[in-house]
Parts: sequence; structure tokens; C-alpha cells
Amino acid sequence: MVHDTIAAISTAVGEGGIAIIRVSGPQAISGIDPIFKSKISLKDADTHTVHYGHIIDPSSGEKVEEVLVTLMRGPRSFTAEDVVEINAHGGVIAVKKVLDVVLQQDGIRTAEPGEFTKRAFLNGRIDLMQAEAVIDLIRSKSDRAFSVARKQAEGALSKRIKALRQTVIELLAHIEVNIDYPEHDVEEMTSAYIREQCQSAIAEIDKLLKTANEGKILREGIMTAIVGRPNVGKSSLMNMLTQENKAIVTDIPGTTRDVIEQFVTLNGIPLRLLDTAGIRETSDVVERIGVERSKDALQDADLILFVLNYNEPLGEEDRQLLEQLKDRSVIVIINKMDLPARLDLEEVKRFVSKDSIVKMSVLQEQGLDALESTISEMFFEGQLEANDLTYVSNVRHISLLKRARQSLTDAIEATHAGIPIDVIQIDARSAWESLGEILGDEAGDSLIDQIFSQFCLGK
Amino acid sequence: MGYVAGEFDVIVIGAGHAGCEAALASARMGCETLLLTINLDMVAFMPCNPSIGGPAKGHVVREIDALGGEMGRNIDKTFIQMRMLNTGKGPAVHALRAQADKFSYQHIMKKTIEETPNLTLRQGMAEELIVEDGKCVGIVTKTGAEYRAKAVVVTTGTYLRGKIIMGELMYESGPNNQQPSVRLSASLKEHGLELIRFKTGTPPRVHKDTIDFSKTEIQPGDEKPKFFSYETESSDNEQLPCWLTYTSEKTHQIINDNLHRAPMFSGAIEGTGPRYCPSIEDKIVRFADKPKHQIFLEPEGKNTSEYYVQGLSTSMPEDVQLDILRSIPGLEKVEMMRTGYAIEYDAVIPTQLWPSLETKKIDSLFTAGQINGTSGYEEAAGQGIMAGINAARKVQGKEPVIIGRSQGYIGVMIDDLVTKGTNDPYRLLTSRAEYRLLLRHDNADLRLTPIGYEIGLIPEERYQRFLRKKELVEMEVERLSTTKIKPDDVAEMLASAGSAPLTQGGDILSLLRRPEVTYAHLESVSPSPFELTDEMKEQVEIQIKYAGYIEKQLLQVERLNKMEKKLIPDDINYAEVNGLASEAKQKLSVIRPLSIGQASRVAGVTPADISILLVYLEHYNRVKAARG
Repeated sequence: MVHDTIAAISTAVGEGGIAIIRVSGPQAISGIDPIFKSKISLKDADTHTVHYGHIIDPSSGEKVEEVLVTLMRGPRSFTAEDVVEINAHGGVIAVKKVLDVVLQQDGIRTAEPGEFTKRAFLNGRIDLMQAEAVIDLIRSKSDRAFSVARKQAEGALSKRIKALRQTVIELLAHIEVNIDYPEHDVEEMTSAYIREQCQSAIAEIDKLLKTANEGKILREGIMTAIVGRPNVGKSSLMNMLTQENKAIVTDIPGTTRDVIEQFVTLNGIPLRLLDTAGIRETSDVVERIGVERSKDALQDADLILFVLNYNEPLGEEDRQLLEQLKDRSVIVIINKMDLPARLDLEEVKRFVSKDSIVKMSVLQEQGLDALESTISEMFFEGQLEANDLTYVSNVRHISLLKRARQSLTDAIEATHAGIPIDVIQIDARSAWESLGEILGDEAGDSLIDQIFSQFCLGK
Repeated sequence: MGYVAGEFDVIVIGAGHAGCEAALASARMGCETLLLTINLDMVAFMPCNPSIGGPAKGHVVREIDALGGEMGRNIDKTFIQMRMLNTGKGPAVHALRAQADKFSYQHIMKKTIEETPNLTLRQGMAEELIVEDGKCVGIVTKTGAEYRAKAVVVTTGTYLRGKIIMGELMYESGPNNQQPSVRLSASLKEHGLELIRFKTGTPPRVHKDTIDFSKTEIQPGDEKPKFFSYETESSDNEQLPCWLTYTSEKTHQIINDNLHRAPMFSGAIEGTGPRYCPSIEDKIVRFADKPKHQIFLEPEGKNTSEYYVQGLSTSMPEDVQLDILRSIPGLEKVEMMRTGYAIEYDAVIPTQLWPSLETKKIDSLFTAGQINGTSGYEEAAGQGIMAGINAARKVQGKEPVIIGRSQGYIGVMIDDLVTKGTNDPYRLLTSRAEYRLLLRHDNADLRLTPIGYEIGLIPEERYQRFLRKKELVEMEVERLSTTKIKPDDVAEMLASAGSAPLTQGGDILSLLRRPEVTYAHLESVSPSPFELTDEMKEQVEIQIKYAGYIEKQLLQVERLNKMEKKLIPDDINYAEVNGLASEAKQKLSVIRPLSIGQASRVAGVTPADISILLVYLEHYNRVKAARG
């Protein structure tokens, strides 16, 4: 328990700027090394050093995020274990993606509430006075987690996971009966049967994973990207929507270098606003990162607010972007309506429908009502239906589902390799345990119960 | 009326499968030991099925043997059929099962006991425990004999307040119409132990000459039998077959028509029966859509005509039992020699025991076998040897021996019992073990013989043989890993194994990882310079073939062991542990786990509770260290 490796986002999510994913434990270095592409291998790196590179998705080989990685070898670290901290440039999506990749690594699991602190204490890094605080932390957080888990346990998601577990446990019970009652007249377990059961469980897991994205929209808001050429007033628009002054607003093109996020509710619709650096070619390295990031944000967005200036004609870049966004949910915001008209509105209408054009003056705080009702129209028209769907949204759940999927895949592969059923059972059992972790169920005697309720055995 | 009858180091009450192992272990470890039984003709008697072994149970017999116990040797001498089960499956679940000549089995065991130094076998019914200052110091028998001892092991099986039930008939009795032990139950209660009522059952026995075997299928033993004991090298025992038949529609009809007379359903039985060994009436009610059930006909010995009807355990009235039997193909004209029955008995709630099987309430009092809520001869014997070992070590002032969950099925069973308790008679299943691949039939000696040697149950000579075997296996694995081959060297062999040809050279060991390649194949191209037995070759093959999976489990075991090594001081007051959930406080106070590992397996204790406990212990230790 103390000797496995844990990971979690250790900065508050949602704030702009840098987020840190902390990984601690014996596999911290060997686990992160293969997904961190850099000039140096972490295994060879000195302790207390910082390295620039990319987190890559090992399945696709694609770059997930540009990061700075800090390496601290135990015992000279906060937890006294090997610690790797991944500094991601920011943004909820990017950080969660990184965490997702980290948790796919063998031997790394999500940290429990207060677990870094607990380890620090158990390894002698924190003094006695803090012990009580640690206990409070564990208790309060896990109680909260428990009540959340219980709420979920009554929900539709847990029903589906339970059904999924039932498929797996029936397979397990069947294997066990073949092993423990070899002379009993129950159907002999065949590779084909194991494959069939595993395939059907995998298909269900895939369905659940697909809902992950839909669930994200509702839980985390409609991912909304604000795009446009530099200095059309994107940050000002965002500020108006959030009534706060989070992004830097200046007249110098390119000052918004990060994706900044804000959570707002418009007519009851949750929006997660991503303000982006202006999308244009740039030679400034730092800014280019921001621009790249904007393009990524654009890919992930559910809704795009395209800001144009009323007093500037449509440029070539604007046309290209509008063309690219043709099939997406786009609202074109015509800003600076208080200034003289230089924009050809008819041309804009060639790209988007009239209903998707909102005229505003952000500076004078005009047109917000129109924007609100347009978004609300767009998403109340049935493009997003929230009601009776099941969503997987929790990063931990997603990683456990993926883990279960991997175990089932291993089981199928093992049948092809001619591995005997009692060994294949090891893979099937870990799939069952991963699914159980989602529900917080103890493994306990339930397999034994299943064996005796499913099969008629005895002397 | 009482008189002082003698003084011993250890007294074992009951000479069933648990009692025999306990007494032998204690005596062999140098303790003056008394083995008391209600009836000397019932030593090591098999009141139910005349067979030993099978998955998990057979593993336990191997473990008993590896520790220096008797069950394996005894069945090897007295089997009338031997079969290796699960041979089509992986090595971890290969399981030996024997049919015993049940009379020879008990006679040979009795002889062994009689001839063992330090061991006194005596007929007598223990009725009272003598407890002084919370410590058990002896017992008093029905005849007034007072025996004093430094430790007492109670193995009462199903005798404790036993009650036999057949249909409407009910009477106080031990198994097979033996005298039940009634007073001892009250004595255990008086001394504060909590008892529960369990139930088990046995099928009728029939006369061989009235069976029409032509309507059944033959089930012969293995041509080349293997043995339970690592010591047994050969046997000339003649083997007898078993026979398979099935219940018929008529059987099910008879049972359904007579359910009102079944004590299982009329409410006459209050004890909880085992789920894995239900009576035939239970099976037919619970699995109504199953058209027929298997019935095995098993000989009870060479010199008897009695056949055991496996699959037909029942507590139906005698007349219904006969009707049921005669509705089964092959048994149309059968004569029933003994009637099946259900038996209820008292058991000790096993969470009242330490992992050493000593009771927490009464010092130096140990319990083992069915009294601890288990079922099965092998489960009983496995606990028996541990209780005997630990009683002897207690007397000798040594720390108890506790087998871990990763070391043996014996460890899994005892940990389950004392940590989780059981709601119905507990049977071992291989699925109860987390590390099944490590707890194999073939490697019980590697796991446990060093322990058996250390505690004095394995003689020097046997231990040296074991070390030699271990060394040879290691040398052979090493040889294979360093033997280089070229594709041409093995082309013919691979073709004969139906395996793809090699494209480049490498070590010969990696070929064994292919499912279709066996050690015998390797041997044909690269014979070993060492003199290896078949058993050693099997070891080599398994260790190499399943190395990946074995390593994975070893890694898990390493983690487990770290938790098992974090000991909880015995003076811990859970009520004072700030932050523990109240359910955890209550459960932990009852179970009083020895380690964090054991604590984490207590039902109702969450990972958060374990975290808090770890923090508390660290705090506790630092305070203790600061005080010096």
C-alpha cells in the first residue's frame, strides 16, 4: 500500500497558468520516463533537476503536452520517495490528458485524499504535530469522497458498472467451478467462451468510455473557445462574461499567451470559457506555444465564439478559419459595433447562418443578452440532451475502466497463446477488481457467493 | 469422585483428522502428549466420504506432508484409487484425489499414533476444562480422571452437542451413532467462548452386490498413480474404480412429493449447512431447472461391500431415502445398508482465535477442525497440525508459527477463519487464495519444508534430500538459461512439437515459454547432465513456463508482506485512535489483528481506516522511542 506509486494533480484546477501533476513512489521515475520525450532520460538525470520536453501518449506516440519535469530522488523529497513533478502549461483539458496518460502506466494509481501528506509523515518528513492534521485530512476527504461515491452508487452509472461486473464475475465463477469441481457436470470452460465474455465486457467498457466525453460537457460545462485575430477583444469578452479581470487585457497583439479558463453559467447552461491567444502565424517562440495551444483548444471545443471587429474588413486568415469551422457549432460575434462599419456582413453570412451572428460592443457592455439567448437557443434545440444519460467523467473512473479493458484484452490474448484457464483467470480477476474499485466494493466473498448461487455443487 | 490421572505437556481432545495431526506434531516436537478419544475404534475415522484430496484440499494434504504431518503418508499407504485431477489445466490447480480404504486408513493411523514416542492414546470423554487465572491447565473426563497439562487442544468435530436428524426422527448423537459430547460444550461456554450451531450431512451407503453396474459409467484410477507424500516413492496398492450414474425425473418427483417431510424445509434443522455440500433435496429445490444430478458410487474399502453414494447427502426419512435410491439408474434393486442423515453440532466462532489457533479468552487453549467452523478432513488436519505445533511451542516458550496467505492454503484458511469468521461450514477452494499460482501442488515442499525442519518435524535426512532437490532444479534452470542454440539445432524438435521454427539463435530456455513446447522436447535436443527425477523436471518446466505470471504474483506478495510486517502492539486501544470510523473501532477491537495486513482484511475496515491506523502507529512508535 505504501509502496506503490501514486499520482494526482496537486494544484487547484481551473486557475490559469501552471498546473502540477505530482507522482511519488518507487515507480515514479521508471513510470514517467517512457512517456516523457526529452533530451535526457529521467533515469539518468540528477536529482533536483528540471527538464524540458513533451508528454507523449504511448499508444499513439502523439505529443499530449509540452511540459517541464522536475525530478527529486528520495529521500530528499517531500514524501521522502522518488518524486516526479510534471509542470503542465495549464488548462484543465491538457492537465487531465497528462494525468490520464500517467495513470495508464503500470504500477501508478490515483492518490487517495491526503496521501502525499500521509506518506510524508510515515516517512518521517513531517513532525508529530502534524499527525492530527493528516488524520483530519484523510477522514474528511474520504468521508466526502464516500458520500459522493454513495450518491454515484445509486446512479445509472453504477448500475451499468455493476452489470458489467456481473458479466465478469459470472465468467470467473464458471472458471472457478471448472477448477474446484473438475468432475462436476458443468459446461467445460472453453477459450471461445472466455473470449466471447471478455469481448462483450470490452464492448460495454467502450460504450462507457465514449460517454466520458458527453459527461464532461455537462459536468464541466460546454467547452467554449473564444477565437479571433489578435486584439479583436477576446479577453475583454471573456471578462465581460465572467465579470472578472482574469486575463491580461492590452492593446499589444499576442499578450494572451495562455489558454485561460473560466466557468460561467448562462441561462443555466454551464460554459467553460477558453480564452485563447490570437490565432496567427508568429515567430515569437513563447507566443507560438500559446498559439499552438489555441489550436488545440479549438479542436476540443464544443462551442466556438468567433470574434470579428466591425471596423475591420474580413482578412484572409478569418476566411480560412471560418471555412475550417463550417461544420462546428460557431457563433460569430461582431464586436465594436460602436465604431464605423468596415466589415462586409453579407460575406460573413456566407459562412454562418444569420441566427449565429451576434452584434456586440464589449467595451460598452452591449449585446450580452443577445449572446446569451443565441447560445441557449443553440444548445436547447436538442443538440445536447442531458437527461437520462449515463456519464463517466471522473479521471479515476476512466483510468480504472481502461485498466479493466486492458486486463480483459490480456485475457483474450492469453487464450490465443494457449495459456491455461486458471492463469487466464488472473487477468479476468484483475478486470473485476478494477471495476470494483470504481464502486468502492470490497472483493470479499462475493466470488464464492457467486459460485454457489450460479452452480449446483455438492457431494 | 475425581482422581488425578496424569500430567502432560499437551492434551488433545478428539482423535479425528485434526486431533491425530495435533497430537503427532506435539509429540514429535518433544512434548509429552495425551490424545483422548470417546471411542478408540474411531481414531481417524471417515464418517462421510471415503476420499481425500481434490483441488485445494489435496494441496493442503501436500502442505501437511511438507511440514512433517501424517495425512499424506497415511493415505498413500491406504488408497484404493488415485487420480490426478485438472491435468488439462494449469500447474497451480493440478490436484490429487484418493479414494481411501477407510478401515485401513484408520487402522494404520492408529498404529502410527500408538508407536509414536511421547504420545499416549487413551479412551475417555473430556467433559470439563480446568482453567486457572485465565489459563487452561487441564481437563476432567466423564469417569473423573483429572489430567493436568500446560496446553490443551480441542478437536471435537461434530460431536459437540451433536444431534442426528432423519425426517421426523431426531436424537442426540455424534457422527455414525457415536456418543455425543454434551458437557464439554457447556464448559466452553462457562469459560466465555461463544458458540454457533452448524449442520452437515452424509448420504446413505448401499450394498455392492445389489448395484447394477452395467447401467453406470466406470471411473477408473490413474494408471501411473502419483502420491501425496514427498516421501512415498512407489506403491503396489490395487486400485478399485468408482462408478457414475445420475438422478432421474422420478428421483426429483419423489423428493418434491416429500418435501413436507424434509427437516431442511420443515424447520426442524436450526444449524447453518454448508453451501458447497447441499443435500439432494436442497439441490432440487434451489436448482429446479436442472434435469439430473451426478451420483458417484464409491467403494468404502477392499474388505467391505459398502458403497458410498456421493451426491445424495440427505436428511429425508428412511423410507423416502430408499425410494430415492431405487429411482436412480443402476440402483433399482439396491439394498440400503446405512441411512443418510443430517447432523447438527456446536462450533466456536473462529474470530475468537488468534492466528496461532489459541483462543483469545483462555490462554493455552487451542481449537482445531470442525469446531472452528470448517468442514472436510483435510481442512481439519491442516488446522490440527498447526494447533499441535503452536501448543507445543507455547509449552516450550517459543513464538507461534503462522503460515502466511502467500505460503500455503493452510495460511489462507486460518487467516480467513480468524479474521473474517464464517457464516456456514468453511470449505477450502482454490479461489480463496489470492496467489494461486504460487500455492501449487508441486511446490508445497519449497514453501513449507524449511519451516517443518526449523520446528523439528522434518528429520535432518529428509531435509538434506529436499535441499539437494532444490539445488538440482536451480542448476537445471541456470543451465537452460545459459545454453545457446542455433535455429538448425532445434528445427526438427520444434517441428515435432508443432511449433514455429526459430529465426535466430538464443538460449534454449526461452523455447520453453512456448505453450506447445515441453521440457521433454528440450531434453531431446539438450539432455541434462544432472540426474533429475520427473518431479524435478516438472518443477523446471513450471518455473520457466509461467515465470511472467509468477513474477507478477511475487511482486504482489512483496507488497502484502510489507503490510504483514507492520505489527500492531497488543496493548493498542482502538477506542482512542482518533479518526477511526466507529465500525472499524468496534471490529478491530474484536478481531485484534496482529498486523496492518491482517487489519486490512477485517470486514468493515476501509482503506481510510488503515491509513489512519498507520499514522497512529507511527505516532505511537515515535512517542515510545522518545520515552526510551
